[in-house]
Amino acid sequence: MPKDGSVVRLDGQGKPLWLVLELTYRCPLKCPWCSNPVDFAGEKSELSTEEWKRVLREGRELGSLQLGFTGGEPMLRDDLEELVGEAHKLGYYTNLITSGVGLSEQRLLALKAAGLNQIQLSLQSSERDLTDALVGARAFDLKIRTARLIKAHGFPMVLNVPVFRQNIDQVNDILDLADDIGVDYLEFANIQYYNWAMINRDELLPTREQLVAAERAVQAARERIGDRMTLYFVIPDYFEDRPKACMNGWGSIHLTIAPDGTAMPCQEARTIEGLTFPTVRDHSLAWLWNESPTFRAFRGDEWMQEPCRSCSEKTEDFGGCRCQAFLLTGDARNTDPVCSRSPHHHLLAEAIERAHAPDRPHQPLVMRTERNSLGCGGGQTKVLHDARR
Amino acid sequence: MTEATHPDMQTRYALNPMYLFRWEDTQEAHVLLYPEGIVKLNRTAGEIIGLCDGHATVASIIETLQQRYPGNDQRVADSIHTSLEVFRAKGWIRRQA
Repeated sequence: MPKDGSVVRLDGQGKPLWLVLELTYRCPLKCPWCSNPVDFAGEKSELSTEEWKRVLREGRELGSLQLGFTGGEPMLRDDLEELVGEAHKLGYYTNLITSGVGLSEQRLLALKAAGLNQIQLSLQSSERDLTDALVGARAFDLKIRTARLIKAHGFPMVLNVPVFRQNIDQVNDILDLADDIGVDYLEFANIQYYNWAMINRDELLPTREQLVAAERAVQAARERIGDRMTLYFVIPDYFEDRPKACMNGWGSIHLTIAPDGTAMPCQEARTIEGLTFPTVRDHSLAWLWNESPTFRAFRGDEWMQEPCRSCSEKTEDFGGCRCQAFLLTGDARNTDPVCSRSPHHHLLAEAIERAHAPDRPHQPLVMRTERNSLGCGGGQTKVLHDARR
Repeated sequence: MTEATHPDMQTRYALNPMYLFRWEDTQEAHVLLYPEGIVKLNRTAGEIIGLCDGHATVASIIETLQQRYPGNDQRVADSIHTSLEVFRAKGWIRRQA
């Protein structure tokens, strides 16, 4: 292929190119790896339709281009079509990130008419019983039916498969199923261990052998399938030794709004203790993005400590993930332990080893239910205890 | 390869329907938007992709841009052939049947 000079580097120039709206934390599923806060049930009131519309307008003024409607389950908001319509009118590329529950053909048609560009549907397994057990609801048949409807109505579609010990051996079956459905993008996303996934980390972490086999299967499928379907394989941090360039840097291009209007540099940001999280009810989006102390906390590299501070790769990976650094080391300014130069790197190998210790008694998965959420008391405290023990 | 003998001259290209192509004021550039991605295009790429409407042949795209940028027809033609090959390989545009 000839050398490519057609793309101009898109570094955001200080703009929140990606705006993610978590419309609600309500969800009919109970996935025990959910990225929502462990204490989601204590969430205060959701933004109104008019408040979300103001966020949409202000986001475009700040230069946002990609828009994700997510949750919880965004289909539970009956103003979703109205919000998609407004976003489309404003010039966003609109993505719906859904479990499929509630996405009837009627609503699919309404979303199409409103200008929805793309749908990302989650699928957990190629097997009905395993899917239903993992998500705590009878969802498999509905998901497959919904996937076919999405393609029948001509939407580009991403099938997102969260990957963990229980389903990682099904990569080939899931590939065949996705190909049969006519999926455009298939994303095997090894889950990240925050919030609910952190509580269940011992039960969810795959083995390195499983991971190697899955990656090999995806590579073989890439050669077999060619251009028909784009395959992504997101490696789990715990098996890496170079950190991910998390969010392309803190407060760099990503802006997430929680159901109550809290503005965050990423969906997990409230993991970090000691930061304040003002909302769109009290401030303009421009203030939140440009001025809020939380967004400024880890911008640039002034905040870095060693080994990041003097590292030649700090402009590429930004020291990895702030939330993971906090969760695993207690200080968000530390190097992400994924990095082999981190003095805490050994924590990851130890976590993997502990998860697969032959004498460890297996625990039932802690499902993401309202009861478990409320019962967690200091949910975050429990998470921290799990992470650092 | 010269313009006259290039095998691609009668080919028609259209944007891959997976992509949304438009001008974006805040970037002062054409952009391609697609599931989970944004591509900011330089001026030349934006102009070429803007002409890939499924009807125009490569020959007519070249003619259009030669008129827009007179004085170096061969360079314009070569650059368009190269660009189209890159864009097709990236999956942004597709050959029309």
